[in-house]
Amino acid sequence: MTEIGTYVYAIARDADSPDPSGLEGVAGAPVRTVEQAGLVAYVSAVPLDQFGEEPLRRSLENLDWVADTARAHHHVVETVSEAVATAPVRLVTVYTGEEQVGALLERRHDAIAEVLSRVAGRSEWGVKAYAEQVLSPPPSSGDDQGTENPGTAYLKRRQANLRDRNDAWRHAVGEAERVNAALAAVAVASRRHRPQDPELSGREEWMVLNGAYLVDDDRADEFATTLDALRGQGLDLELTGPWAPYSFTDIDLNEASDEL
Amino acid sequence: MSSEVSRGAELARRGRLPPERVALVDLLDRLLAGGVVVTGDLVLSIADIDLVRISLRVLITSVTESTKIEPESFYEPVWK
Repeated sequence: MTEIGTYVYAIARDADSPDPSGLEGVAGAPVRTVEQAGLVAYVSAVPLDQFGEEPLRRSLENLDWVADTARAHHHVVETVSEAVATAPVRLVTVYTGEEQVGALLERRHDAIAEVLSRVAGRSEWGVKAYAEQVLSPPPSSGDDQGTENPGTAYLKRRQANLRDRNDAWRHAVGEAERVNAALAAVAVASRRHRPQDPELSGREEWMVLNGAYLVDDDRADEFATTLDALRGQGLDLELTGPWAPYSFTDIDLNEASDEL
Repeated sequence: MSSEVSRGAELARRGRLPPERVALVDLLDRLLAGGVVVTGDLVLSIADIDLVRISLRVLITSVTESTKIEPESFYEPVWK
């Protein structure tokens, strides 16, 4: 007989929160709600032989498992956030039981309500900026070619190549700053994520910006227009979203240190 | 380039992408660095799991000239 834990996906206000019936969570489990103090948590039961601390440590190293879990988590968060202001919960947060989740909503009501009010009527947009990598310099056409020691010529070319790369990198980073500032000006909050590894982004170019922007829904068009105006100036800009406000709800509800 | 422009604008107008179209790496950026974090005795998966989550984040992250020098605070949200 496997022990059961409670996986938490997202928290919202009780009012107008969507009915979870028919919604599937991680490991195909039906999603339920825990309601307390005017707040609602979307949860599902998970077997602890998969989601307990020890097995989880192994599971998180399996990218297929992570992908399936991430998508299932995201599906629940999306469904809720399309209807109401939502605070997504960090991937793989598992409680001992539903009563404990209810107790969390009760005890941390004010902090959660504060987070929800900051994201209400707003959506997160992602913008990634790529710069062409400088791979090799144009072949040297200098007069010294042929007369110079080939080794010295090679070192000189290599140095010039590195200098070009550094210059190009610094320039692209400066451009990314400009893009970030222009987009942040239309947003209520902004945040950078770390640039993605080229193997995973699927693009060879340098990712010089991996930004997230929390934008009032009634300014979403303005945001898109601002972005389009920044295109064609050296960086290739990629827009994703709207996202549930993942990047702007990262508070730590540390229960242990909250005794007043 | 022009197809890229219309794709972005089109995406913005159409709204959300279906879940299966969302790039896993973009999703993991958010799921591993964002969201409400609950710590405390009642949570089963914490402590060591956080370390695994961090190493997973490192896996999807590119170590570039910039990430090597930026402090942690560089990646925190900035509110107006």
